[in-house]
Amino acid sequence: MSGQHSLHAPFLGFSRWPRLAFPNIRLTPAMVSWLQVGPLALVLIALVALPAFLFLAVSFFDYDRTGIYPAFMLDNYADLLTTPATLRVYVSSLKLAGIVWAITLFLGFNIAWFLVFHVRNGMVRTVFFLACAIPFWTSGIIRTIAWIPFLGRNGAFNQALMSLGLTSQPLEFLLFSDFAVIITYVHLFTLLMVGPIANSMAKIDPALIEAAIDAGASRFKVMTNVVIPLSKTGIALGSILVFTQVMGDYFVVRQMSGGQSASIVSMLSTEIQAMQYPPASANAMVLVVFVAVMVGCMMRIVDIRKELVK
Amino acid sequence: MTRTPAKHQAHPTRRALLATAGAAIGTGAIGGFPTIWAQNIKDIVLRHAGPPVTAIPAIAEQASKDLGFTVKMQASENADLLNRFLSQSSSIDCADVSIVFLKYLIGRNILQTIPVKKAKDWDKTIPLFTKGEYPDGRKASRQGTMPLNVLYATSAAGDKVTDGTPTEFLTGLPTVTNADTLGIRPDLMSRPVTSWADLLAPEFKGKAALQDSPTVGVIDVAMAVEARGDLKYGNKGNMTKEEIDKTIKIMTEVKKSGQFRSFWGSFDQSVNLMASGEVVVQSMWSPAVAAVRSRGIPCTYVGLKEGYRGWGYTLGVMKHVSGMQLDAFHDYMNWYTSGFQGAFIARQGYYAAQPENTKKFLSQAEWDYWYGGKPAATDMLNPYGKLQEKAGVTRDGGAFWDRMGNVAVWNAVMDEDRYLTRKWNEFITS
Repeated sequence: MSGQHSLHAPFLGFSRWPRLAFPNIRLTPAMVSWLQVGPLALVLIALVALPAFLFLAVSFFDYDRTGIYPAFMLDNYADLLTTPATLRVYVSSLKLAGIVWAITLFLGFNIAWFLVFHVRNGMVRTVFFLACAIPFWTSGIIRTIAWIPFLGRNGAFNQALMSLGLTSQPLEFLLFSDFAVIITYVHLFTLLMVGPIANSMAKIDPALIEAAIDAGASRFKVMTNVVIPLSKTGIALGSILVFTQVMGDYFVVRQMSGGQSASIVSMLSTEIQAMQYPPASANAMVLVVFVAVMVGCMMRIVDIRKELVK
Repeated sequence: MTRTPAKHQAHPTRRALLATAGAAIGTGAIGGFPTIWAQNIKDIVLRHAGPPVTAIPAIAEQASKDLGFTVKMQASENADLLNRFLSQSSSIDCADVSIVFLKYLIGRNILQTIPVKKAKDWDKTIPLFTKGEYPDGRKASRQGTMPLNVLYATSAAGDKVTDGTPTEFLTGLPTVTNADTLGIRPDLMSRPVTSWADLLAPEFKGKAALQDSPTVGVIDVAMAVEARGDLKYGNKGNMTKEEIDKTIKIMTEVKKSGQFRSFWGSFDQSVNLMASGEVVVQSMWSPAVAAVRSRGIPCTYVGLKEGYRGWGYTLGVMKHVSGMQLDAFHDYMNWYTSGFQGAFIARQGYYAAQPENTKKFLSQAEWDYWYGGKPAATDMLNPYGKLQEKAGVTRDGGAFWDRMGNVAVWNAVMDEDRYLTRKWNEFITS
């Protein structure tokens, strides 16, 4: 941070301008920094830190049907960590996150590669990018629910299969199953991979690839030795986005599994519906810590901050 | 603070009010409204909160017209609604409080009691609520949260309720009730459904659904388990830990066998599951059955031999309401139970707790169909004027007391609800 003061203050013109509003105040570089981080810090403190602290406090509270009572008890955490539901739901969420991550990474990488390196015409590229983004102008809820009539027992897909004579009976596993959940996640989250990866790839100098080819590298070698290492910031960013989305999901699992499987958040929501805030808070705290640790591990593999300032 | 001026209300004069009241009397409907005559009556606003199935704007409009002050409806669902009662009760004045919610609200200084003598039509309120018995004197089921057990407050303060002994103070005025059962698609099944056990019948494997809620879902399964003969409950609406364990164990086995196609969380989900044929038997609400039928798809709210799961609503008033606004509430409460509202919700399959009054606002054909269990003499329209049932159709389950007279268990919050929530989560994740 300190290195930026000397850069930013003159650039923003504070040293020349303050006379207008505050004739006697000269802003020191430190003050400029505070002013710069101030608004975001306030928002983060008010909307992230304070609520998180509140949840942490409530997670130790006692409760009954009619209220919550300040206390310091570990029962909520003990209940949470001893019920088999917790392990099951974390394992199933991780499994889903892993599968969705692999699929979206494969799709996202290839789409980004195509958009950045194969589409030469800038106009056409913009059109393709828009084609990727436009479905996201509708809400995720609509894009989720739209799969239900398509995949249902009497849905469009099953009817098409049967009228083509490919199946004699409707395929039941298409809807209200893990399959349906994964399809929807992939549909919703692939763009989260495409964006950051394409952004990283766009920074790769095409001359590097030409040089690699001239030096005799195969297409595969170019990929593994040049493109992938240089896109790893995008890959890491995309992975974090997809991973946190899946872990924090509530709606898609509930809708597409037909309530047959639970996500961590849907378990939490059942508790909220029953007015049981302390165990719901404990659940939320464990989820926050878990996701933070996972994201921390990803950051260890790729130092995103270092890569971004390059 | 509580008397927000109604800026957009057409300001009725006292003369206009008299005319409205006169017109109401003229139609033989109701008399004596409004009873408060102050000039600033028009500035009074009552904010009425409730679930979407009863907090209907058209009812508030009619009330505002008949009473001369403004009633505003605010609808939200389930936990959101309960949360508003618990944490923001000063932002509402009166509310549709489900019998189950009363368990959460009593003793928390949220509702004030309503003196029985203020309720004009108290004697017309069904004895199922006021005495816990049917008109023929039979005692009603006490399983689950029985209305009688949360209706009478021990004192005007309302911090405790009696065990069913009548007092002069009500926690709320009974308004709406119904008896829930299973919805089925008769066209997609080869035999009639007659018992709750059919919810778990192997032939409906992959085609059954439950409401995704520990309270209602578990009671519905308990009805089925008991009907099948696996377990005998002391009180299905208030299970012991041991009963919860056994029920959840059976439910988990049934779930693993692939019995359930889905669990539904909202009204429209239950409609779509049934209408699309994903599910042929599920726990359902009456207006949802009506919604499926209005699409021309056969769906029956089938009466079962073990009886129904009953529920009810009361109209309660928040503690902060006082003075002229409180007078206005008492007028509104008496208007609410005087027939218009009852007739409105009758057309979506719900009953009023004062059926005699409802009769005045229904045509003879409507009364015979919705309450009488007779074949519809004319086409039946829904509350919004759309065709609901063609002439000749008979209501599932028959007449009012055939249905309400056969409540096996009431919707409930159990004493072990904390344990139940945990076990429900284990069930859903299994």
